[in-house]
Formats: sequence, C-alpha cells, structure tokens
Amino acid sequence: MNDGAGTTAVPAQSPRTIPSPSSVDESSEKLYGLLAEFETPAAILSAAKKVHEAGYKWWDCCAPFPVHGLDKAMGIRPTILPWLVLGAGITGGTLGMLLQWFTNATNLELWSGPIWVTGYAFLVSGKPFASVPTWIPVMFEMTVLLSAIGAVVFLLLLNKLPQLYHPCFKNERFARVTDDRFFIIIEAKDPLFYRAKTEQLLTSLGASAVEEVQA
Amino acid sequence: MTTLPLDNTFDDPTRRAPLVLNHDDFGSVTNTICGVNERPKPPRAWYIAFAISSTFLMVLGVLIGYLFWTGVGVWGNQNPAMWGFPIVNFVFWVGIGHAGTLISAILYLFRQKWRTAINRFAEAMTIFAVICAGMFPGIHVGRVWVSYWLFPIPNQMELWPQFRSPLLWDVFAVGTYFTVSLLFWYVGMIPDLATLRDRAKTKLKAISYGIFALGWRGSIRHWHRYERAYLLLAALATPLVLSVHSVVSFDFAVAQVPGWHTTIFPPYFVAGAIFSGFAMVMTLAIPARQWWGLKDFITLRHLETMNKIILVTGSMVGYAYIMEFFTAWYSGAMYESFAFVNRMFGQYAWAYWIMVTCNVIVPQLFWFKKARQSIPIMFGICLLVNVGMWFERFVIIVTSLSQDYLPANWDYFHPTWVDLTMLAGSFGLFLTLFLLFIRYLPVIAIAEVKAIMPAANPHAHDHDKEASA
Repeated sequence: MNDGAGTTAVPAQSPRTIPSPSSVDESSEKLYGLLAEFETPAAILSAAKKVHEAGYKWWDCCAPFPVHGLDKAMGIRPTILPWLVLGAGITGGTLGMLLQWFTNATNLELWSGPIWVTGYAFLVSGKPFASVPTWIPVMFEMTVLLSAIGAVVFLLLLNKLPQLYHPCFKNERFARVTDDRFFIIIEAKDPLFYRAKTEQLLTSLGASAVEEVQA
Repeated sequence: MTTLPLDNTFDDPTRRAPLVLNHDDFGSVTNTICGVNERPKPPRAWYIAFAISSTFLMVLGVLIGYLFWTGVGVWGNQNPAMWGFPIVNFVFWVGIGHAGTLISAILYLFRQKWRTAINRFAEAMTIFAVICAGMFPGIHVGRVWVSYWLFPIPNQMELWPQFRSPLLWDVFAVGTYFTVSLLFWYVGMIPDLATLRDRAKTKLKAISYGIFALGWRGSIRHWHRYERAYLLLAALATPLVLSVHSVVSFDFAVAQVPGWHTTIFPPYFVAGAIFSGFAMVMTLAIPARQWWGLKDFITLRHLETMNKIILVTGSMVGYAYIMEFFTAWYSGAMYESFAFVNRMFGQYAWAYWIMVTCNVIVPQLFWFKKARQSIPIMFGICLLVNVGMWFERFVIIVTSLSQDYLPANWDYFHPTWVDLTMLAGSFGLFLTLFLLFIRYLPVIAIAEVKAIMPAANPHAHDHDKEASA
C-alpha cells in the first residue's frame, strides 16, 4: 500500500520493468538487443569495462580492428585454441612418422577398405630401414601442416563462422563496424537486460547513438 | 587534427616515425584502400600489363601442352646437365615466395608495425610465386599421367615414395608451404573482405565478398581468437619458411656433385631467398603504389627499410659466396677447388660474373642514403637483383653438372627456345595472378593498418577517457 512517505519508489508498477529477460517492445518483432555506437577506441574501452562491471553476460563489442586491451576489459577468458592447435600438431608429427615407418621400414600388411596395403621395406645404400634422421623433414612438415589447418579450422569452429546472418546486419549504422565505428551490443536475453535501464547505461557511457536491433 | 609530416624518413630515435601519412582517421584509410577495388575502371597501366602478362600466360599454356605431347626432350636437359632450367626456375620462384612469409610472419613476431602496409600483397606474391614454382616439378616428370606416384597413395604395385629423398621432402615441404601460406593469407583477409562487403554497391560484389568474409562482424570475442590464431600461424610459418628452402637446398646438398655437397647450402639458400623475394616485393610495390595512389601507406620509409633488408641479405649472400670458395680451397679437395675456380673462369664465367655483379656489388649501393631513397635507383637495383638471383641458381646447377668428376662427360649446356619461353611464361602466370589480385582483393591489410595508427591507441593522452565522442 502506498504510505505516501515518499521513500524508495517501488519499481514493480510499470509493465516495462516486469523482470522478463526478453521484454517485448511496441514492435511486433522480438527484440534482439540494444546496439550502442562509439566513435573512439578509448570510448569503447571504458564503456566495456563498465558494462562488464555491471554484470552483463550476453553482450559483445564489435570493432574494425582488435582494440588493445578490450578483450581483457570485457572479461573474455583466454581461448583454448592454442591447445587444440598443439593437439593437431602432435597428430601431424605422429602421422608423418607412422606413414614413413609403415611404408618404408616394414613389410606389414593392412586391410584398408577394398585392398590390402603393404609396407615395402626399402633398402637404400645400406642405411637402416628405420632411418629416423631422414624422417624428420616430412614429420616436421606434417606437424606444421596439421597445426596450421587446425588453427584455421578451430578458429572458425570456435567463432561459429561462417555465420552469414546476424541480426545486427539489419542495422544501418552497424555497416560502419568494419570501417571506423565501434559498437557494444547487449542482448535482450541477458538476465540483467531491462530495455530502458540498459539504454540509459549505454548512453551514460558515452555512446553517440543507441538503437534497437530486432531479431 | 594534427598535421602529419609528409616525409617520414627521418632517423631521429627520439621520435617515432608515422607509418601512415595524410590519413588521420580510420574512415579515410578505408576509403583510400577500398578505393583501389572500388574504382569503376583500373588505371590504364593495369590493362596494358594484363594484356602482356596474359599473352605470356597463354604462351606458357601452349608450351606446356607441347611439352606433354612431345616429351622432356624439348628442353635443353641433356647429358651431363640432366637438371637445367626447370629446376632453376623452381628454386627461383620458391625463393621469391619466402619474402612474403618473412614479411607476414617473421616481422609480425618481431612486432615490426611497418609490415602492415605491405604484408597483404607480399603474401599474395608468395602464393603466386609458389604456384609458379610448383608448376615446374609438376610438368617435368616425363610421364605426367603417373605423377600421382609422388604421393603416398595405396596402389596394387606395393609402390611407395622414397621418403629418404629430398626430392620427396620437397613435395611435402612445398605442398605444406603453399597450404599454410594460402591459409595465412585468407585468414588475414577475412576482416578486410568484410569491409569490402559492407561497402559493396552491387549485389554481386556484396554476395561474393560476403561469402568469403564468412559473416565477419568485428566481434571482439571473434577478434580475440582471431589474434591468437594469427599469432600461431605466424609462429608456424616462420620455421616453415626456414625449413622449406632448406629442404630445397637439400636437393643439391645431399648429392655428391662437387660444388653442391656443402653444409652452407641451407642458410645460404634461405638468405638468398629472402634477398630475391624482397627485391620482387619492391619491383611490384613501386609501380603499384604509384598507379593506385598508395604512397601514403607504402611510404618512402617502408621502401627504405626494405632496401636496408636487401642490403643485409645481399651481404649475407656475398659472404656465403666467399665462404664457399674459402671452404673449397681450404679443404684441399681437388674436385671441389676445381668446381669453384671453374665457376669464375670456366665456360660459364659470363654467368658467374653477372651473378656476382648483380647480387654482391649492385646492392652495396644501398649503403648510400641517396640510393635508398631514390625510386628509380632502387627499382633498377631490385630488377638487377632478380636477374642476379636467377643466375645464382643457374650457376650452381649448370656449372657443377656440366663439368663434374669425369672430364669425358663434360659438355656445354644449351637451353632451348622452349626453356627460355617457359621462363618468360612463368612470369606471365605470376603477373596475371597478381594483377587480378590487385583488382579484386584488398591490396593492403586495412584492419591491421588501422590497428597501428596513433588513433587506434585507446590510452592516448589527448583522448578524454569519459569520451562523449
């Protein structure tokens, strides 16, 4: 009951602050999130720190180049990509060794699909069958090859690319993300997202524009 | 807006020289570089160059058909010089490719920011050079229809490659080098393709660039992984560069031919590769920056720095020549000493002295600032270096083979017209690909150049931290 004492306003009265993560706006489409535009790297860096401190989890920054220190400010944890590449490289080295050992140093027969594949122990100028020093170049190249392929493949997989569609692409301002503008996008599905409050936060952090993005 | 100096070639260690001239903000950088692709018609020079290079390319194609039809005898390869122009051209082109990877990968590890103006087309140059290089071993096998025997593919003959042979190590090394360079080049282009996609005026361009841009939107979460992957690729490409040309040098070094069987070959070849590659980068960069208005990015400072690298690697090559000769003399080995005296004064002395003049003497002009900063002089020097480096491979291969152990076998190697025309044709292939690249793909690494500009620094003093834009 309203006691008229004018104490802290009870926020639960207006429909826009019903604590539903995906607040539906006046438009018929679902809201994907809010997009804030910034004009300098320093602006987005300080804004990102504040957004991270505010506790948002479903949000991102977008920039035409990697701004120094921005990933740390956002609280992004270092990626496991290097470990995956290491695994790929070790696989490559092992495969290179096995290939040469099997083909040039053994007479083993293996069933591989429709045919038997046999090694042929190759005697060349009295050198040992398993001449490991001569195996090194191919092992090295296979290591580098699989590491590099792994780096690219895992990069794309972890980034979930190609992703030819994204709701932000519908926004006209966003076309400048690959040119000279910096953006923060806070998704509506974040538990702390409130349409007006989040917009207020973004404006207070120095955004030159804040717009909705429809899903 | 601060007024930037127009000349950034000063040597003052207390002031960091600007790497981008006349462009204060990111938008102008995007406009200028994308302008290369977005202009309705390329400059007239492009059409002329393309006409010439595609003519050479067609000639090359016809000659390859002639080679397959008639056989390897159309070349000059003949007892005793069983290796002739094809392998000379192969080593020449592979060497040129190495500069691109050095600029992209090694200079990245050394945090040399100036690489961002040239790394994109240096990497493109690498890819095209490796294509030209790989073509020669591919077509030279005689029975082209069984060239798949080079690869470890299971077959009914129990036939496997001879893994102890450097010729096979080449297959893996050059194949890996091509793949890794291609991946590195493409990954580097993804953000710039996104820039071209977002600026595309026609549907065709938007879709074409869009497909290859993979939907890149500049997300920092993506950039984070991207930067790690880029660093890993650079760290992988560096030993790869060193290993590939070392493996190529093993083609010669593991043989017993006098003048070949020496441990100096791997570092000597790698230094020579970087030397010739930088000369080729300069040969391409100087016209490109002139005709497409890229002087603000590929500045005189960049050219001067590359000239210094050419001076260094040229001196290393010169040192290697001296050491080879010293080793041959000091060893007291009769055949080895003969091989080197023969190079200087024998039947191919003309080739040897062309090589020494172009590789050792001419680049020493770069000690003088006037030569380093003069466009005509540096262009001339770089052309001569390219010529000299081709002759270096010619001298190594042909002099050693044509006069080796047994005088009864000695002879004089003649190239045929097919040899010479295919060499010219390979330049046609290289230039055609390069001209297409300049027209349709981002010539300079837009995102990387922006990242090294002063405006990209989020901690600059004159930026208000609570920026209200």
